Amino acid sequence: MLFGIPWDLSSEWAFAVSIFPILLRGLVVTLQATALGFVIALLLGLVLAVLRSLPLKIVSWPVAVFIEFIRDTPLLVQLYFLYFVLPNFGIVLPAFLTGAIALGLQYSAYTSEVYRAGLEAVPKGQWEGALALNMPTWLTYRDVIVPQAIPRVVPALGNYLVSMLKDTPLLSAVTVLEMLEVATIIGDRTFRYLTPLTMVGGLFLVLTLVAAWLVRFTEAKLPKGGIPLK
Amino acid sequence: MEHWLDLLPPLLRGARVTAELALASTVLGGVLAFAAGIGKLSKFLPVRWLSVVYIEIFRGTSLLVQMFWLFFALPLLGVRLEPTTAGILALGLNIGAYGAEVVRGAILAVDPKQYEAAIAVNFGPRYTLWRIILPQALVEMMPPFGNLVVQNLKDTALVSLITLTDLTFQAQNLRNLTLDSVPVYTMTLFLYFGMALVLTFLMRLLERYIASRVGVAAARARG
Repeated sequence: MLFGIPWDLSSEWAFAVSIFPILLRGLVVTLQATALGFVIALLLGLVLAVLRSLPLKIVSWPVAVFIEFIRDTPLLVQLYFLYFVLPNFGIVLPAFLTGAIALGLQYSAYTSEVYRAGLEAVPKGQWEGALALNMPTWLTYRDVIVPQAIPRVVPALGNYLVSMLKDTPLLSAVTVLEMLEVATIIGDRTFRYLTPLTMVGGLFLVLTLVAAWLVRFTEAKLPKGGIPLK
Repeated sequence: MEHWLDLLPPLLRGARVTAELALASTVLGGVLAFAAGIGKLSKFLPVRWLSVVYIEIFRGTSLLVQMFWLFFALPLLGVRLEPTTAGILALGLNIGAYGAEVVRGAILAVDPKQYEAAIAVNFGPRYTLWRIILPQALVEMMPPFGNLVVQNLKDTALVSLITLTDLTFQAQNLRNLTLDSVPVYTMTLFLYFGMALVLTFLMRLLERYIASRVGVAAARARG
């Protein structure tokens, strides 16, 4: 049994039905890791995007190299790095948090690019108009540029959300009990890998489809020109 | 410092395995990408259906799940794969599905006038595809392919979880031996970074070569 739920080894179908609630527990962890990781990626990506576009070369250049470094190295190795190195510096986090941070870190490199592209895509005329109206830069960003950048940014961010969902099984390498790990444990104990792994594959497919649908829905709901001011 | 240098030989051995896996899976993925990408545009329903199913399954599920399935679940259906085969297969199938969408998008982006011109000079559909459409689509495909190749390199790290002795596996080994995580993982990250930079450079060279071979007009039309 796992999570207090026993499984039924009588037939393959009974087995599949009995492990479904166990896999759902893993699904919850998967979803939580994705949600937390995505929030971190959104926030950290914003910070990185801002830092990267600063006119100060001493700040923008190292940040650019850092972003490129994160993008070009495997998530698994970054995960191991955080998991084993952070305790050396006295930061001992539960595996789940380390996993979410690793996900957020890797995807923040992607989201920072998305933010940059989204801000670039706002027509230059908007800036000129704001300048003509004597708006300060921060106000221009807040009320003119960012509301128009958001609809452009949502599709790409949505794709990365779906992508992150499919990366959560890596967290099983540091003992996080997400879906794949749960399925593997069931397989290790019953020697029946086919059913749990196939079910997990199917669940991911369903999750991906639902998540992709949610992203399209959000895209459609957003006004094309940008979020209105008031 | 000497301690760090001692770590290099096993890591480099792992890096060599990583490079081999990346190369093999990229080739497999490339073949599958063209097969499924063109297949999805086929007028034969079974071919289209097969391509769609393949692309949806391998893009919609996690790579690690696919790898575990090939390594742990497939033997229970009677097919026992070597870890290397399972790894290359999983990586290739996965990157092929993403590549198929790139191929399809690039083919669809070719100007419809090219098809009309081909009909006007009496080219058959297969000849048109091979000599007219694909070369122009190829120019369009190269930048996203570059990204996918680097992504594939990063994905090879996952084979360490199905017992293949790649760079990440060696790093884990060394860490367990020395209990000193910082030098091991730092060097591993830099090795991957170096390989990714080399790959990006090579892909960019390839991009420019293709653009020069296909012709300036096509490259200009795309960019």
